[in-house]
Amino acid sequence: MALTSSLEIGNNVAKITLAGRLDASTAQQFRDLVDQAAAKKVKAVALLLTNLEYMASAGLRVIVFARQKMGAAVKLYVVGSQPVVQETIEVSGFSQAVTLMPAYDAATIEK
Amino acid sequence: MDTRIDVYPTHEIAGYPVRAGRPLPFGATLVPGGVNFSIFSRHATACSLVLFEKGATEPLAELPFPAEFRIGDVFCMIVFGLDVEEIEYGYRMDGPFDPARGHRFDKTKILSDPHARLLAGRNVWGAEPDWSAPYPHRARIAFDDFDWQGDRSPGIPLEDLVIYELHVRSFTQHPSSEVKNRGTYAGLAEKIPYLKELGVNCVELMPIFEFDEFENSRVNQETGERLLNYWGYSTVGFFAPKAGFAATGRLGMQMDELKTLVRQLHEAGIEVMLDVVFNHTAEGNENGPYISFRGLDNQAYYILTPEGYYYNFSGCGNTLNCNNPVVRAFVLDCLRYWAAEYHIDGFRFDLASILGRDLQGAPLANPPLLESLAYDPILSKCKLVAEAWDAGGLYQVGSFPAYGRWAEWNGRFRDDIRKFLKGDTGLAGAVATRVLGSADLYGWNQRGPTASINFVTCHDGFTLHDLVAYNGKHNEANGEQNRDGSNDNESWNCGWEGESSDEGVLTLRRRQMKNAIAMLLVSNGVPMLLAGDEFARTQYGNNNNYCHDTELSWIDWNRQKAFPDLHRFVQKMIAFRRAHPVLRPTRHLTGEVSSASGLPQVSFHGTRAWQADFSPQSRVLAYLLDGAQAKGGTVPDATLYIAFNMYWEPLTFELPFPPATTRWHVFANTGCPSPDDIFAPGEEPELPQQDAILVGGRSVLILVAR
Repeated sequence: MALTSSLEIGNNVAKITLAGRLDASTAQQFRDLVDQAAAKKVKAVALLLTNLEYMASAGLRVIVFARQKMGAAVKLYVVGSQPVVQETIEVSGFSQAVTLMPAYDAATIEK
Repeated sequence: MDTRIDVYPTHEIAGYPVRAGRPLPFGATLVPGGVNFSIFSRHATACSLVLFEKGATEPLAELPFPAEFRIGDVFCMIVFGLDVEEIEYGYRMDGPFDPARGHRFDKTKILSDPHARLLAGRNVWGAEPDWSAPYPHRARIAFDDFDWQGDRSPGIPLEDLVIYELHVRSFTQHPSSEVKNRGTYAGLAEKIPYLKELGVNCVELMPIFEFDEFENSRVNQETGERLLNYWGYSTVGFFAPKAGFAATGRLGMQMDELKTLVRQLHEAGIEVMLDVVFNHTAEGNENGPYISFRGLDNQAYYILTPEGYYYNFSGCGNTLNCNNPVVRAFVLDCLRYWAAEYHIDGFRFDLASILGRDLQGAPLANPPLLESLAYDPILSKCKLVAEAWDAGGLYQVGSFPAYGRWAEWNGRFRDDIRKFLKGDTGLAGAVATRVLGSADLYGWNQRGPTASINFVTCHDGFTLHDLVAYNGKHNEANGEQNRDGSNDNESWNCGWEGESSDEGVLTLRRRQMKNAIAMLLVSNGVPMLLAGDEFARTQYGNNNNYCHDTELSWIDWNRQKAFPDLHRFVQKMIAFRRAHPVLRPTRHLTGEVSSASGLPQVSFHGTRAWQADFSPQSRVLAYLLDGAQAKGGTVPDATLYIAFNMYWEPLTFELPFPPATTRWHVFANTGCPSPDDIFAPGEEPELPQQDAILVGGRSVLILVAR
């Protein structure tokens, strides 16, 4: 199964929605959205992963790329990730670079 | 503004745009637009880069290096447009097959890059490998994008270190560990609060360089158990972390997981030391497999007999040619990499004496590799610890070439303490030397007590519990009719061999374990504990547990509940060591008398104060450490009185006077049942009678003057 992705920008937040499988063959698609979001000078990026079933290391590398591309001032949220995806983020140490959140919390993200 | 093009393809090979590469650094390195591949071989006549799709058996492409891509003995090439996440690579080398001259080239083999920072092929621990795979240990391209978040080494002085030796898988593989990711780096990270509470400040990880747990695997005919290369003292990839120890190994994210562990340990104030094995490789002798070195340049990498066979100073089939300048540079590169990229704080070198042998195997007076490591600018803050002997008969405890840097596993400490502990006579003098940092070994050359890594138990040999529960080894499960493993254990079973339900035996064992822990943690030098000894881990008498991926190896955390008093004792002893700088000198103590206290730095006593018994019949030693002279009088500390009664009957010890205005308080007395066997530092009860005390048989007493 491939990756479907979309980017939506509003209230200084870039929402990137990913569904399906994020692996080496689809990571570029995700990366392009990160590039677009970075060009818009947002204050926060929210990755909406409720329907993301699998994330390979290539996908995690894009999260690292996003962190670097956005700079330390931009908050990075990982929203609604499935247990297997969340586990990977935590064990590999990327949870330090992002804020994990079960559901989109506008009060926190858009403050 | 357009990005200026710096590097561009000049050739096309096998459909890939390429150009001549850079010889340094060795290995596969990401460069703008491509990957720089660089590999050394002096004697190869030709070399190809072999590319694979991830996991594929058949190569995707083979790119022969044109002659002009070879600089000196280095083949180097930049390949553009590779999907770096998706490929694996190896090398095919052509050259002479002439074993008598040391050459074993075989162009039918695909060889792993010795500088590979990421290796696939053993991604999940214990998963049966495909034995027919032509290229089992597959090099991958690594990323350097880990975010260390300002991490730095805790920088703990050697004298303040309390080392805790553990095997990553054994530590949390048992279900009783109650961690989410059992047997992994992530699982170990979940146990950091436990380590902090125990008080250790350095973990020494048994080998975590990629190894093959299936190397020489066999089935024990009697038990049906599959025996593995469980410990991993046989390196496949010197730059690659063991993937099977990572919960994320199947994703190829072991680098991130291990770095995360290091970062979290550092946050908790705990250093990380790696047990590194440079004495030999996993390629075995002339009958072993081609993994990398043998096919890259056998003659350069191994110490060979004049007939071209492998010298076996390691006991493992071959010996790495560590003082060949190329190999020396490889070892240095490797350690620098771990220090710089993984923030590793120290290294313990397995069979380190091999590192001091010359190209023919003879011991060198001034081994260049050891000197290079000692003076290296990148390793300058790393602890360097030698296992100062090898399997070829070199024993250098006390004489390892140190260059002011190297410490040693002090095998004599272990042996003397064990003999004294079991009640051998005539050891009071030796033990006095050992507990004061072995001046006989490390005093004459100004190395100081911190050159001595003190230990009673380590992964090799009995656990602490088994040291007091078995007279002899019980290695039947290893499938060699109990022939393997050391026979010199200096152990004593306290009256019954093995598991016992006799209260008298069990009580004595508990006390003996506490005695050993007390002696270890009051000793000058650097103490090392074996993981699990703090709650009496047992291997049921197995003293060579290298091959068991079973409960024989895994730490059973239920025992913490069965031995709460021992755990508490260890914790308090560590706290005591931390509280008293007088136990942690950087110079050997002498009899120098302080004008402030009127006491010598150290004085010896027996059952009579000021009269030590160093006779051949003695089983007793007591000594007084002058707190006024702690660290040369630069820090205030209490005066301590420590008595070892290894005689089986209680003895009355006449006490020296405590310093003026102070009184003796009891910190520890292993003869008392818990909780009166030990107290929190600062909360010790006052001794009612100040001039003498009855010390139980086989007991340790520690008094504090305050």
